[in-house]
Formats: sequence, C-alpha cells, structure tokens
Amino acid sequence: MQTILSIAVDAFAYGMVLFVISIGLSVTMGLMKVVNLAHGAFAMMGGYLAAFATHQLGVPYGVAIVVAVAGTVLAAVPLERWLYRRIYGAPELTQVLMTIGVTFVIIGVANYVMGPSLKTIPLPAALEGPVDIGFRSIAAHKLFAVATGLIVAGALWVLIERTAFGVKLRASVDNAAMAGALGVRTKIVYAVSFAAAVGLAALGGVVGAQLLPIEPHYALRYMVTFLVVVSVGGAGSIPGALLACLLLGAVETTGRYLMPEFGEFFFYLAVIAIVCLFPHGLLGRAG
Amino acid sequence: MTDAVLKARSVAGPARARRSAAVDAVAVLFIVAAAAFLYFFFPGSLALFTRMIAIMLLALSLDLVTGFAGIATLGHAALFGAGAYAAGILASKFGLTDPFAMLGIGAVAGALAGTVSSLVILRGRGLGQLVLSIAIVQLAHEAANKLSAWTGGSDGLSGIVPAPVFGLFRFDLWGRTAFILAVAILLVAFVVLRVIVRSPFGMLCRGIKQDPIRVSAMGAPVYGTLVKLYAIAGAVAGLGGALSAIATKVVGLDSLSFTLSAEALVMLVLGGVGKLFGALLGTFVFIWFEHLVSAINPFHWLTIVGAMLIAVVLFEPKGLTGALEALWKRARGGEG
Repeated sequence: MQTILSIAVDAFAYGMVLFVISIGLSVTMGLMKVVNLAHGAFAMMGGYLAAFATHQLGVPYGVAIVVAVAGTVLAAVPLERWLYRRIYGAPELTQVLMTIGVTFVIIGVANYVMGPSLKTIPLPAALEGPVDIGFRSIAAHKLFAVATGLIVAGALWVLIERTAFGVKLRASVDNAAMAGALGVRTKIVYAVSFAAAVGLAALGGVVGAQLLPIEPHYALRYMVTFLVVVSVGGAGSIPGALLACLLLGAVETTGRYLMPEFGEFFFYLAVIAIVCLFPHGLLGRAG
Repeated sequence: MTDAVLKARSVAGPARARRSAAVDAVAVLFIVAAAAFLYFFFPGSLALFTRMIAIMLLALSLDLVTGFAGIATLGHAALFGAGAYAAGILASKFGLTDPFAMLGIGAVAGALAGTVSSLVILRGRGLGQLVLSIAIVQLAHEAANKLSAWTGGSDGLSGIVPAPVFGLFRFDLWGRTAFILAVAILLVAFVVLRVIVRSPFGMLCRGIKQDPIRVSAMGAPVYGTLVKLYAIAGAVAGLGGALSAIATKVVGLDSLSFTLSAEALVMLVLGGVGKLFGALLGTFVFIWFEHLVSAINPFHWLTIVGAMLIAVVLFEPKGLTGALEALWKRARGGEG
C-alpha cells in the first residue's frame, strides 16, 4: 500500500510536469494544426535562459521564470512571422522537417552560446526542502510543479472556452477565411496563440528542470515524449492532455519502480496500444 | 482508376518505355562512374563510402514508403536494424558467415519487420501514424538493449567475421572488397526498385498516395497493397543493414534508433522525395557533409543541417534533384 501511494505521488508529479510542457504543443497541434517538433527546443531555451538569469545575473527564481518565458516568447515571435506562417496547412512531412530543422539550429546555437554542459537552475529555499503530506514526504518543488500544472490547465480552459479571444481562436481554426471576413484578424490570433504555446513550453522547461534536466540534447531527447503525450491525449484537448500525462506518467513511473531493467519498454507498448485503439487520441476530435 | 494511373497508362507507349530504360541505363552508368571515381581517387575513405551505400539503401526504402505511398514515418531504422542484427547474429552466433547468406537473411528479416510494423503503422492516421512509427523503433531499440545475450546490448554485437565473397575475395583492410560488393548490391537494388516503381503495382501505390478512398472505390485493396509495399521496403532496408554489418563487422544500437530514422528522412528530403535518385544524392551529400563538418564541432554540424533543412523546405521542396532538374530545363530552354 505504501509503495502504491509512493508511486502514485511520484507519477502524479511527473505527469504534471509533462503536462505543463506539452500542453502548449497540444494547442499548436490541435488548434493551429502544426506538428511543431521544435516545442522541446523552446522548453530548452527557457531552461537555458533561466539558468543564465540565476547564475550570471543573480536574480531570484521567480524573476528567472519571467525572464525565461518572456525571452523565449520574444525569440519565437520572429520565427512565427518568418518561418511558421509559411507552413500553416502544409502537409505533415513538411512541418516535421522544418521544425526538426529549427530544433537543430536552436540546439547548435544554444550550445555555442551556453557551452555543452548540464545546466542547473538553483531553487529558492522555500522550494528546496521536503514537505510532509501524511504518509510520506515529497520534495517541495514537485508540489510546485503540480500546482503550476493545475493553474495552467484551469487558465487555458477559461481562455479557450470562456473569453472573446478563445472564440476568435476557435473560429480562425475552423474556417480562417470566414473568420477573417467577419473581422477577426486571424494572423494576429495565430501569432498570439503561438507565442502563448511557446511561453508555456518555456515555463514547463524551467519548472520541470529538476525532473527533466536541461542539457545539450534536451530538445531531441524529450521531443518524442512530448509528441507522444499529445497524440495519446488527442491534440487540442486540454482534458485529454491532462489524462494522457497522468496515464503515461503512471505507466513510466510504475515501470521505473517495479521493473527498472525494462526502461521505456512499457511506456511505448502502452503508446502503441492506446493509439491503435484511439487513432485520434483519448479525447481528441475526429478529423 | 485514378487520374495518375489513367494518365500513366495512356502515355505509356513503347517510346516512353524506351526512354525510361535509357534513363535507367544513364543512372546505372552514372553510379558506376561515380563509384569508380571514388575507388581510384579516395582509396583511404572506402569504409566511409561503404557505410554511405548501406544508408542509401535505407533512404531508398524510406523513399518507397514516403515518396511513393505518402506514409510519413520516423521509425524506418527499425527495418534497417532488423536486417543488421539478423545478419550479425547469424554470423557471430551460428557461424554462417557467407556474405550472401548474411545479405539474404538481412533482407528476409527486414521484410518480416516491415510487414509486422506496417500492420501497426497503417492503423494510424496523420500524427498518430508518426507516433506509432516512433514507438515501434523505440520498442525495437529497447528490446535489442535488453536481449544483450543475443545482441550485445549497448556494447554492440561484435565477432562478425564474414567469409570471402564467392570463397575468393577476402574482406581486406582497406575495405575494397566491401566497397565493390556494396556498389554491386546498390546497382541491383536500384534497378529492381526502378522496375517496381514503374510497374502497375507502383502506379497503384502512387494512386493510393493521391486518394486512397478512390482507389478502394475502384476495387483495389489499399491496405493489402501498402503492406506489400512495406514488405518490399523492409527487404531493401534490411539489405542495407546486413551490408553495414558485413562492412563494419559490428552492429550497434544506433542502427536501431530514432535518430537514424530522422536522419534518413532528412537525407531523403534533401535529395528529393519520390525520386529514387534523390535518395542516393541526398544520402551522399548529407554523410559527406557530416564527415567534413562534425570533425570541427558536432554542434556546428547540427546548426548547418538545421539551416539546410529549413532552406530546402522553404525554397526547394523538391530537394537537390528538383533543383538540378529545374537547372537542366532552364539550360535546355535557353538553347532552344
């Protein structure tokens, strides 16, 4: 019983970190129909910026998060304007290749600037120690990641389902020409959504840095994981992404606890089973 | 029947058949000439060129699936690795070291792996398909890592000592025999694939790429055709894997990796999707370039490949062969 609860707590924390990083990807893929393999690269960029801010500039953790998100968004806006705008609606193969290209360039530049070593982001004292949650203690930064995930999920749901911007976004996605004719500036809607998605990636990269450490091949190493999470949940669905993150986090964490020698075997077995049974993802819409 | 098939049938007269045979002859001559040039002028790099040819077979196989049937996959190295491990295990554990037996078992293993993985991959659509293909190559990678009694795990499978070709030509230290064998295999595979691509079966595959619903409405089996295509592609990729096992005498886990799959796709797009010669050209340029630049700094190499990819996607979607064809047409237009 103790073990099961322990696994459950760790799986939940890991799943929420996955959620914070990959929900932005789910938005770009589900709503904007872009297979953005460079998403992990933006998370990595956020992590590097935060590491730079804390180590070189000596700012506190909270400020470092802001710097990371703002800096990554600033870098992504010209990319959206000059590169991504040309591949909206292009075949998947084209999108995959161009975003792999973007990933390679970001990895190369980041390692040229920051050096090819693992980067740590020092935590503030408040997130450093363990917290007692009754039957065991858990690292405070994991609780912080869980809280961030819950807040992000709620905020996104409100943004997409309950605000005027959400209405415009959904209209632009369903029929860009008609939305444009009705006075929605679709290009700006797309640019803002893309910036938000990238900002979420950066946030996830910083918050999750304790579980998914920031290192030179971060963007490639976790590219597959994020893509898998989104397709299992169903692109564009926030509850689906949440469900997929918790499910896959549980599969992976259980596997690591009970059968560490099998590595990611069960993770990918679960992925094949789920995608075969639900070709559009657990809660994705058909088409 | 789809437009493409009808159009191809209506113009496929004897003149067209003669012309494509001439194109084939030119391509074969070109490959032989290039191989002879490399053999005599770069005798120190024959191992690199042999590896290149093994990867070319992987890229050709990927072109068959992606270029001619429109299935995007990021897991194609699973077929290459299946061939490499099958040939390697046969040689190191069972002592069957005849190179042609190794190549044969590699092709069979690749075809089997292709058939099995196609049953899974073809179930997905779009993004799901991509993710399924990734999951397959990752599973294969983990399996090879775990079954270290058979595969050597992360240390790689060693102890592969191929017997002389025809019992006469030993594999020498400079890789001359391996290179000549590789060129011969490449030529055979290339010509066979050209024939398959132009056959009614190949046209059916292109029809499926354009519109699978129409193809099934006219009574042709979409799923069965694609499984068959995957089996053929698997045999070609497996052949490449076996060739790399023979030439390098080790099989590593990297021959079964997501990275190799993604790189093969990059090579194919660089050369030109849907043209068999594009797969060859793209592989040559990519590996040669990698060899030059990564000696300086691997991260510069990544940056340059990334920039190249973006440029190709944005400015020359048909790849290097497309750019060459456009140049050729302009030159001819200028003359006339």
